[in-house]
Amino acid sequence: MSAGTSKIDVTVTDIVPVNELVKRFHFRRTDGAILPTFSGGAHVVVEMRDDDRTRLNPYSLMSSPLDTTDYTISVRRDDVGRGGSLFMHNRVKPGQRMVISNPVNLFSLDLRARKHLMIAGGIGITPFMAQTSQLAGEGGNFELHYTCRSEALGTYADVLQARYGRRIHLYHDDRDEKLPLEKLLSSQPLGTHLYICGPAGMIDWVRRTASEAGWPSETVHYEHFAAPQPGKPFDVTLAVSGKQIRVGEQQSLLEAIEAAGVDPPYLCRGGVCGQCETNVVSYDGKFLHNDHWLSEEEHRSGCKIMPCVSRFEGKSLVLER
Amino acid sequence: MTAKTILSRPVYGTLSPQPGKHHLFIADAEGAAAILDMANSAPAGFFADAHIMFVPGATGTKYVEPLKKLQPAQFYEGPSIASALPRLRQTLATAHMGLRVYLSGTEGLIGQAMQAALEAGIDHTSIQTEQRGSLARRVQCVHCKGITENVTTQPATCSHCGLLLLVRDHYSRRIAAFQGVCINAEDPTENPPKEEIFR
Ligand code: FES
Repeated sequence: MSAGTSKIDVTVTDIVPVNELVKRFHFRRTDGAILPTFSGGAHVVVEMRDDDRTRLNPYSLMSSPLDTTDYTISVRRDDVGRGGSLFMHNRVKPGQRMVISNPVNLFSLDLRARKHLMIAGGIGITPFMAQTSQLAGEGGNFELHYTCRSEALGTYADVLQARYGRRIHLYHDDRDEKLPLEKLLSSQPLGTHLYICGPAGMIDWVRRTASEAGWPSETVHYEHFAAPQPGKPFDVTLAVSGKQIRVGEQQSLLEAIEAAGVDPPYLCRGGVCGQCETNVVSYDGKFLHNDHWLSEEEHRSGCKIMPCVSRFEGKSLVLER
Repeated sequence: MTAKTILSRPVYGTLSPQPGKHHLFIADAEGAAAILDMANSAPAGFFADAHIMFVPGATGTKYVEPLKKLQPAQFYEGPSIASALPRLRQTLATAHMGLRVYLSGTEGLIGQAMQAALEAGIDHTSIQTEQRGSLARRVQCVHCKGITENVTTQPATCSHCGLLLLVRDHYSRRIAAFQGVCINAEDPTENPPKEEIFR
């Protein structure tokens, strides 16, 4: 069960192909009511019922927080992932009913900031769509730097430029345009906050450069949902509920626990929120940690695991669930 | 080190060099010694990007030369905290991210410089502080709102309305002062003796 989130029945009202890789999905409440309010940076978890299995994937809301008649998300097709994005691209049709969670925000704006400096890479643009709408509505001071592979794959770059003009800066890999990060970071007025969403490598690079340039960690915000990785099947004993489960190749540990009828808490299902943190009772083997929540020390200790994204290889694993 | 009594009571640390492009030091009196101690562990060339603002107070010339020897890019010596504050606000108004702030000396100096830094958009948790020298407090009377500087006694007389105040540990970051509350409101003839406790 997801901590603090309840489910919303929605209907897919529209599906818009944005480019070669990205489709946009519009949801309205099936009962016709208004959707819950959210703030820029929030995500929802979308339930995908695919024959006998249920996938739950988080997606950032990209519609304006000022309008809650509908929610929109953008999904980039990943041909080698565990199939969530392929399900959304190939199986979801307009008019279809789906279940999503209430919005949760793990990447919110710090509204005390004098200025918001945003750095997006690829599909990491989506939370910024909502954040820029929110800030523009309040007259907030922001600047967005967006790196994408090519103009054709610069999802929403045109929309953003039309809305915000010179506040949007684009960098195309295929034209060898580079984000002048050090210069950018050293020319920001005091009181600026930095927001990063994109591939893990980009987030690490920006965080490292900012910290070396003297940006206090309180001013640096980032979001990176780790997608659960497929891996070798493994067996787990759930000590509290007294169950033996097997985690399939394409399944996450969290999904396998849920499939056994046990409901651990979760919020992000992407290794960032900390909700699903689970104590390890005993183990014989090695952990494949994929989360951004536990410290390196905790990873090494073998005492905790984040079942939404992490796996295990070895003889036995007993969890306190 | 001051003991943590209630949540708003500020706790101070020990200055240490932070990663950054520019380093702004504001100190009064013995606060200079905190900078000099930190300089021992600072990487070579650290002070080439530093600006030191110093109010010597009762320490006179004792620390001025040693501070200058650190060869900061800028050195300013001011006669009082009040006279240094406009200059500090001016410096912060044109500063960029990458500037780190270090405050050392009395609570009055740390509090007021902190207040200017917060107004400039700096998060208080990213500011380095170290208390040195006098423990005298800056106190705001909750009755007349007047601020009395350099309070060393408990209770203390409000320099504005004359009420006898209990100096609490309750601290306001926004106004950079401790709270003073009338100690004998029930019976103004009651006169608890003043003790010098904030030295
Ligand atoms: S559900 Fe958020 S870290 Fe696992």
